[in-house]
Amino acid sequence: MSTNKLFGITALFNTPDELVHAAAKVNELGYKNYDVHTPYPLHGMDSVMKLKPSKLGYITLSFGLSGAAFALLFMYWAMSLDYPMIIGGKPFFALPAFVPITFEVTVLFATLATVIGMLAFYFKFPSNSHPLHDTPYMKAVSGDKYGVCIEADDKIFDSEKVKALFNELHAKEISEVFYPAIEVANIFEPKFITLLVLIGLLTSGATYVTLNKLIYMTPFDWMMNQNKVNAQSKSLFYADGFGMRKPVDGTVARNFIPYEYKGLAAPVVPLSNPLTPTNEVLNLGKKRFLTFCSPCHGNFGDGDSRLRGQFPNPPSLHSEKVRGWLDGNIYHVIVNGQNVMPSYSSQLSRDERWAVIHYIRALQKAKNASPLEILEAKKETSSNVAP
Amino acid sequence: MSHHDLVYQKKNLPESLKRLGSILVVVGLVLGVAGFIFDAQRALFDYLLAYVFIMSIAVGSLFLIALEYLAGADWSTPIRRIPEFLSSLIPILFILVIPLLLNLRSIFEWSHPDVTSHDKILSGKSPYLNTTFFIIRTLVTVGIWSLFYFLFIGNSRKQDISKDQLLTKKNNKLSAAFMPIFAITITISAIDWMMSLEPHWFSTIFGIYFFAGSFVAALAAITLATVLLKEKGHLHPRMNNEHLFSLGALQFTFINFWAYIAFSQFMLIWYANLPEETFWFIGRWGGYWSYISLGLIFIHFLVPYAVLLTQPAKMDPKRLKFISIWILFAHVLDLYWLIMPQVHSAKAGALTILFEFGFIIAALGGIILVFYFNAKKQNLVPVGDPKLEKGLNFRL
Repeated sequence: MSTNKLFGITALFNTPDELVHAAAKVNELGYKNYDVHTPYPLHGMDSVMKLKPSKLGYITLSFGLSGAAFALLFMYWAMSLDYPMIIGGKPFFALPAFVPITFEVTVLFATLATVIGMLAFYFKFPSNSHPLHDTPYMKAVSGDKYGVCIEADDKIFDSEKVKALFNELHAKEISEVFYPAIEVANIFEPKFITLLVLIGLLTSGATYVTLNKLIYMTPFDWMMNQNKVNAQSKSLFYADGFGMRKPVDGTVARNFIPYEYKGLAAPVVPLSNPLTPTNEVLNLGKKRFLTFCSPCHGNFGDGDSRLRGQFPNPPSLHSEKVRGWLDGNIYHVIVNGQNVMPSYSSQLSRDERWAVIHYIRALQKAKNASPLEILEAKKETSSNVAP
Repeated sequence: MSHHDLVYQKKNLPESLKRLGSILVVVGLVLGVAGFIFDAQRALFDYLLAYVFIMSIAVGSLFLIALEYLAGADWSTPIRRIPEFLSSLIPILFILVIPLLLNLRSIFEWSHPDVTSHDKILSGKSPYLNTTFFIIRTLVTVGIWSLFYFLFIGNSRKQDISKDQLLTKKNNKLSAAFMPIFAITITISAIDWMMSLEPHWFSTIFGIYFFAGSFVAALAAITLATVLLKEKGHLHPRMNNEHLFSLGALQFTFINFWAYIAFSQFMLIWYANLPEETFWFIGRWGGYWSYISLGLIFIHFLVPYAVLLTQPAKMDPKRLKFISIWILFAHVLDLYWLIMPQVHSAKAGALTILFEFGFIIAALGGIILVFYFNAKKQNLVPVGDPKLEKGLNFRL
C-alpha cells in the first residue's frame, strides 16, 4: 500500500549510547530534518540534537492564565452581578472560596491546550497519520531498539550518503520508508447514508420510549401538587361538583353583628350610637362621608350633589325631620337604603356607619347653631389655643 | 573526549568564610542579648524563631538525604555532602534547646498549672501539654533525628575510604525506616514549638505546613551552597548547570506545595468560620500583621513561582542564587508570622526591631561555621559512592 515516493531512511541501534552518538554525528553533518525514536525519554538527547526549548510552554501558560481569568470573571459575574447570593455569610465576591475552582479551570485549560497544541505542533493536526506509522521500524523503537530517521526532504539528503553514514555508525538495520498510498473512502454512499438515518431514528425512538414511558418518574415538585381539595377547584366527591361548601344557615362571620331590622320599613327599637364622638371617630366619619355620602348629599349634607342632575338630588340632611331622627333611624337608612338610595352596608362597616352618623350630627350642629352657641364655642377654642 | 583528567581534588574553603560566620555569630549574639536585657520575653521568642529556623534547615536536609536513598536518585549524589554538612546541626540542637527548656514558663501559656486548672480547654489538653512530657518529647525527637543523622552520615563517610557498596544498601533500608518516623517527629515538633504557643487553637494540617516550609528552606540553603561552591570550584569539576536543574525544580515544587498547604489551612478555617479556629487568623490580621499575612502570599509563593517557572531559570546559577536567598528570607518571615503574634509583651518600638533579628543573624553565622568546619574535615563530594559516576553523567 505504499507509493514509491521516499519519506526517509531509518537506522536502528541496540543501545541508547550508540543512538546519542549517532544523533550527535547526524547533527554535526548539518542535517536538519531528522528525528530520533526511543522507547523512553533519553537524558542528554536534547543537548546533542541542539533542540531549542519547546514553544509549547507558551501555549500552556497563556491558556492557563486565560483559564484563571475566565473562571474568576465568570464567578464574579455569576455570584456578584447577575444573581448575587449570600452563601454562609460570605461576601458576594468570596475570593478564597473561588480559588479552588480557579485552580481547577486553570489546570483544565492548560492541559487541554497542551494536548491539542501537541497534536497541532508535532502531528500536524488534523492529520492523524504519519509515514513512519505501521512500519517495522516503529515497532522496533516501541520495544527495545533506538532509532534515527533522516527525512528525504532535507536539503543535503542523498540516499547513498545517508546509508553510508549509518553503516559507518554501525547501525544494526537500515531501511527505506516510503509514503503510504492515501486511502479514499466514499462516505456519501447511499447504503451508508441509509444506515446512518436508520440508526438515528432507532436511537432517538428508543431513547424517547425509554425515558418517557419505561422509566419515567415524576420529578420532585416541592409538594406543589398535593392530594387535597382546593377552595376554588372542582371536586368529584360532592354532587354539585364544587370543592367549596356552603356554610350552615344562620352562620355568623367572626367580628360581625347582624342588623336585626334589616328589610323592615322602620326600626322597631332604634339602636343607640355605641361610639363616643372623639377626634378619631369624627375624622373617620368625615373621611367615609366624603367618600361615600357626599357625591349625592353634598360635602356639607345640603343635598347639593356633584352629579349635576344626572341623578335625583336627595333632600337636605339639615331638615327638621332628619334632625329630629334618632341615630338609630339614620343607621337604619344606611343599612337598608331609602327611596332611590341603595344600602351602603357593604361599603361601610358597622363602626364606620356610626362614625358617619356622628359626623352628620356635627354638620347639623354647625349649620343650625344659635349665635350664643357660636360665641361660646369661639370662646372655648380661643381659650384652648391661647393662655 | 576523556574524563580522566577531570577528577575531584579537595580544596579547603577560604578562611574568610570562617571570619564571616564568626562575625555574624558575635554581632547576632550581642544584638540578641541586648534585646534580652531590653525585653526578656520578646527576646525568648526571637530565640525560639532562630532555633526553629536552624531545626528546619537541619531536618529538611536530613530529609533530602533520606529521599535520595529511598528513591535511588543519582542526580543529587554529587552534591549530597552539602545536606550532610547542614544536617550536622541536628546534634547541636540538644545544646541550643536548653535556654528554651529553662524558660518554658515565659513562652507557653499551658506551662502554668494555675492557668490551665481554670481553663476547661487547657485542662483537657494538659495530659499532652505539660512541662514534663514536653521536655521528653523534645529530647526524644531530637534524639531520633540525631540517631539517624549519625547512621546515615557515618555510612556515607566510611564509604569515602572503603568504597563499600553495601553501605549504600544499608542507608537505603535506613531511609525506609526513617520516612514514617520523620513524618511523626516533625509533626510533633511543629505542634509543640509553634502551634502550642496558642494552646486553644488547633489545625490538623499544621505539621505538614511546617514541613513544607522547612523543606523548601533547606532546599534553598542547599542550592545556595551548591551554586557558590560550584562557582569557586570546590565541587566535582564534571558538574554542570544541568545538575542544578533538579534543585531548582524541587524548590519550585515545594514552593507550590507550601502554597497549597497554606491555602488549604486558611480556606477551611475561613469557610467554616468557627470562632474557636478563626481567632488565630484574626490575630494575624490586626495592625501591621495584615501586611505580613498578605506579603507571605507574594514573598513565599508568587515571586519564587514566577522566577522559577521556566526551564532555563531552574538551571541559571544567578537566578538560583537570588531566589535561594529570597526563599530563606521568606522562610524566616513565615516563621516570624507563626511565632511572633503570640508575644504578650507590651513593650514595642524602634528598639524592638533593632534587636528582633539578632538571634537569626547569629543562627546564619552558626550555620556557616558548622558548614565550614565540616568541609574542613570531609570531602565535598562522596567520592566512594557507587552512584557518583551516574550522577555526574546526569543530563536533562
